[in-house]
Amino acid sequence: MSELRRLNSRTVAIVLSIALVIVVFNALTTGAYTIRFGEVFTVLFQGPAETSDANSISHAVFWNVRLPRVALAIVVGASLAVAGVVMQGVFRNPLAEPATVGVSGGAAVGAVIAITLGLSKITLGVQIFAFIGGTLATAIVYGLSRVDGKTDVVTLILTGIAINALSGALIGLAVFIADDDQIRTVTFWSLGSLGLATWRAVAVVLPLAIIGIALSTKFARTLDLMALGDRSAAHVGVPVERVRLQTIAIVGLLASSAVAATGIIAFVGLIVPHILRLVLGPKHRDLLWSSALLGAIVTLLADLAARTLLAPAELPLGVLTALIGAPFFLWLLRKMRTSESTWS
Amino acid sequence: MSHEKTPVIKCENISVVRSRKEILCDISLHANKGELVAILGPNGAGKSTLLSVLAGDLQSETGNVFFGDKPVTVVTNRELARLRAVLPQRVTVSFPYTVAEVVEMGRGPKLGANDEDLVESAMQRLGVAEMRNRLYRTLSIGEQARVSMARILAQDTQLLLLDEPTAVLDIGQQEKLMQIVRSLVEEGRTVIAVFHDLNVAMSFADRVILLQNGRHAASGTPRETLTPETLSSIYEHKIDVIRVNDDTGPVVIPGPRKN
Repeated sequence: MSELRRLNSRTVAIVLSIALVIVVFNALTTGAYTIRFGEVFTVLFQGPAETSDANSISHAVFWNVRLPRVALAIVVGASLAVAGVVMQGVFRNPLAEPATVGVSGGAAVGAVIAITLGLSKITLGVQIFAFIGGTLATAIVYGLSRVDGKTDVVTLILTGIAINALSGALIGLAVFIADDDQIRTVTFWSLGSLGLATWRAVAVVLPLAIIGIALSTKFARTLDLMALGDRSAAHVGVPVERVRLQTIAIVGLLASSAVAATGIIAFVGLIVPHILRLVLGPKHRDLLWSSALLGAIVTLLADLAARTLLAPAELPLGVLTALIGAPFFLWLLRKMRTSESTWS
Repeated sequence: MSHEKTPVIKCENISVVRSRKEILCDISLHANKGELVAILGPNGAGKSTLLSVLAGDLQSETGNVFFGDKPVTVVTNRELARLRAVLPQRVTVSFPYTVAEVVEMGRGPKLGANDEDLVESAMQRLGVAEMRNRLYRTLSIGEQARVSMARILAQDTQLLLLDEPTAVLDIGQQEKLMQIVRSLVEEGRTVIAVFHDLNVAMSFADRVILLQNGRHAASGTPRETLTPETLSSIYEHKIDVIRVNDDTGPVVIPGPRKN
């Protein structure tokens, strides 16, 4: 029973990569305007410059709508999943996730404040504010939910509830005051959407995601050692306090840049690492990159469903991820309550 | 006087105060290469606190800890990890890591070339190699204790600090573990361990230090120090030390009970 069956990490890498390619093609071709499979290559090789030949509509849809949206979904999904892995590692708790514990909420507040103050015209203005909000929220949650070097689950979730309530109220207040057409609706920030995907958004998020994910891989071994608890991790040579600050900054960077671009997309950072831990085991070296891949796949699929299920209407992406994610969260919580050893 | 060697670890005049309560007062201790020193005393005597100070986890109000000639205050975390390994009373491992993965954690943040051999021989020595693919958190407490000990051993340090290593083991496992610890000492390593069981200290320690209310109460070789008079006074109960036969050492037992 406790003998384990884990899949080879190379197999998982191949399967996930193939799956990503398939999902990307589906996402590129499917939608309000159907682009045929063969056309994808034609318009791709034509390059982004406008054309006036027979497939000009496909070309425009592909380059201006589909591709930026797909690219943003990949980047945001990967960021959120990796942020989830890192957070669960430092918190020593599989329930920690950017959205559920309030980090995404904090980032959304930061972003909305920046927009209200008219900082969206400054390069990275929104991202910097989102980063401050997200990192601050992470630090608060971390500070409040730790007892004797362990993260208490109940406090963690209660802190998350409080921070989410506060950020919801602050976002509502900012939107109320601002009446700025840049803040389209409260829904965008609290439910998340890829509907506003532009190349500009991709250009901002992509480098931040690459930096965040690359930095997090540096902590793969350290995060494994953190599973021993603060004291024993320190005994084998981990500078625990420093690691904690650095990883919190990474989570802040990844979650906030994602939120600044798409609003809050919950539960990707919860479900993805959990599934991969079952498949690959908990070692962070494999978990980090595979989560980036699966995070991208899950977000793409969810977005594909969001824009096709009730077409021509579009479901908010965050609603969809929450519909799947929230029951999963409850199941995980229940599972943890019944097996005492996973409480810490 | 024989030629003075530098002890592997020593502490001088250690005092620890927590919430205005004096937990340790003026404790000095040293351990040489190839020596097993036992820290003993009643509950709340400050045994685990002393071990934390020696491990470098806890800064004492007065006095200092020296690893060789170096005061602990100038040793970095990573250097410390190469000097001493610490076995806490119980380690919970979050996430489903396997036994082999947990033992490998003893090798610290940077894995090197001969790490695999050290991990393998540590698992063999503690008899946990067969369960290498089982999940740590599904093991019994006794098995977890052996795996943790293997992890400490994989750290491959001169000094091992053990906090009640036998507390959760049955008598058979306890003897096996202590024989392993003893063999480590014979190979030239240094062990400082907190024991609850006076008989374990009596059989295996080279020297003992007895604490009472955070103060030094007695120290020396087990046979000289663990006497009925000393123990009865420290544990506030009549305690006898008897010899069963010539093959075993003296045995500590509670004194006669009044019916």
